[in-house]
Amino acid sequence: MLDLTYEAPKVKTISGAKSDWELVIGMEIHAQIASNAKLFSGASTKFGAEPNNNVAFVDAAMPGMLPVINDFCVEQAVRTGLGLKAQINLTSAFDRKNYFYPDLPQGYQISQLYHPIVGEGEVLVEMGEGIARRVRIERIHIEQDAGKSIHDMDPAMSFVDLNRTGVALMEIVSRPDIRGPEEAAAYVGKLRQILRYLGTCDGNMQNGNLRADVNVSICQPGAYEKFIKTGDFSHLGTRCEIKNMNSMRFIQQAIDYEARRQIQIVESGGSVDQETRLYDPDKGETRSMRSKEEAHDYRYFPDPDLLPLVIEQSWVDDIAARLPELPDQKKARFIADFGLSDYDASVLTAEAENAAFFEAAAAGNDGKLAANWVINELFGRLKKDALDITQSPIKPEQIGQIVSLIKSDAISGKIAKDVFEIAYSTGRDPAEIVETEGLKQVTDTGAIEAAVDEIIAANPAQVEKAQANPKLAGWFVGQVMKATGGKANPKAVNDIIMTKLGL
Amino acid sequence: MSIDIETASRVAKLARIKVSDDALPALAEEFNNILGFIEQLQEVNVDGIEPMVSVTPMPLPRRVDDVTDGNQQAKVLANAPDAREGFFAVPKVVE
Repeated sequence: MLDLTYEAPKVKTISGAKSDWELVIGMEIHAQIASNAKLFSGASTKFGAEPNNNVAFVDAAMPGMLPVINDFCVEQAVRTGLGLKAQINLTSAFDRKNYFYPDLPQGYQISQLYHPIVGEGEVLVEMGEGIARRVRIERIHIEQDAGKSIHDMDPAMSFVDLNRTGVALMEIVSRPDIRGPEEAAAYVGKLRQILRYLGTCDGNMQNGNLRADVNVSICQPGAYEKFIKTGDFSHLGTRCEIKNMNSMRFIQQAIDYEARRQIQIVESGGSVDQETRLYDPDKGETRSMRSKEEAHDYRYFPDPDLLPLVIEQSWVDDIAARLPELPDQKKARFIADFGLSDYDASVLTAEAENAAFFEAAAAGNDGKLAANWVINELFGRLKKDALDITQSPIKPEQIGQIVSLIKSDAISGKIAKDVFEIAYSTGRDPAEIVETEGLKQVTDTGAIEAAVDEIIAANPAQVEKAQANPKLAGWFVGQVMKATGGKANPKAVNDIIMTKLGL
Repeated sequence: MSIDIETASRVAKLARIKVSDDALPALAEEFNNILGFIEQLQEVNVDGIEPMVSVTPMPLPRRVDDVTDGNQQAKVLANAPDAREGFFAVPKVVE
């Protein structure tokens, strides 16, 4: 359940030369479905193959070849829809979006314009503790990806690789509910997190498996509220679409640049042209893709090669029953069950694997302490070694052992760090390390008293100083710790010294 | 709806079909004949009738997610007018 106690974040305003402006942003996210084979052919989707090797004749659009839909891809779109609390359409259909480009051999992309498989849903985008933007999803449809053109291998020619042609994408279309560059990046981050939890897309932005088209417009403060009330787009400015971005940082930079560009045009008496633009990260600016304008007449029509896609409610219910716990629920549960802070719960639930590791470490233990050890010690150590959580040399149960050793006063926090280091580099169990290396904390007051007596007897001058100035008693604590190899319980040592010195 | 010469020229361009200027009037006329026929069809009352998408009442066939195709770079490139280093080579298209 979405927590309605979240407060909406403040809308970002940008000051122009004449007045303040607000941003209105809608996004189309293209997420590659994590399937083995393509959407309509049996060719592999594996990244990094030899050029044109993962190509079936369907993908190359050889005459007479017919598309046959991949069942798994349909299932992943439904899963994603359910994960975004969206309506699932039991009947959907495929349309041809016609345009001419060398990396699209069919001359059209098979997509779902008129009857998408998933309808309205929503995503909660957290912008800080207790603050979140609710972004409405308009629709999700399934479509084919295009191939890849490489322009820098030859001065006169472009080189085309069809390996990506026909790979299944989900296009996730949001309403214009995003109100600033940071929110846009956070929205992409949240979607990516949900997709990764669901396992429907690996979210690898670097490989282009998750890309965003961003629609940006500007408006005067107050205009957006009128738009929301009436649904009338004339309250908003003319939008520009920035295509194909695969980095959160670039998304933010592009939106910021684009908003300022539009403000400058409008304030100097001009008007914004509705157009498609590209972001150039080297120059930090967006520029018009004029050549695409004419191609914008897509002449959509139903694809005669494909019958309508009809799925059963019972199949959808079955997929719903197998959904994993999603980030919002998991985070809320971590806060409620383990007493974690909002921040710690966010860090631990960022990736499903991290959350699973933490839960195994915290099982039957102090959750907060386990969270500290996972976040501060383990994550720090893994980062240093450039490992991810699945490669961790120390197992969650071993972190759990360290936590319970600390909790039961068997070892001090300081010794625990040494134990962690040994367990991390050797794989030995912490309980066994403490036993074998004799690291167990000395809580036997008799033994501590003996050590204290010895040190007091040997240092009469220090005793005098400490009695004159109680702050100096710390020296004795240090000496006793040293004499006991750090194994004495510091609190017990302190208490005994204070008593013996009569402080 | 009627198709003028300008529209005919635009459709030809979008479809990447080269049509010389003197052939455009006849092409526009042909379009208009086709659209005229469709307008006749639209006179039929189809209220309450579901669109029939296929004459064979069958569901969309589906495939399991197995890799069963590909690994045929040479065959894929066999018809290409120009192919280099495993790629199709086409006249430069760059944004």
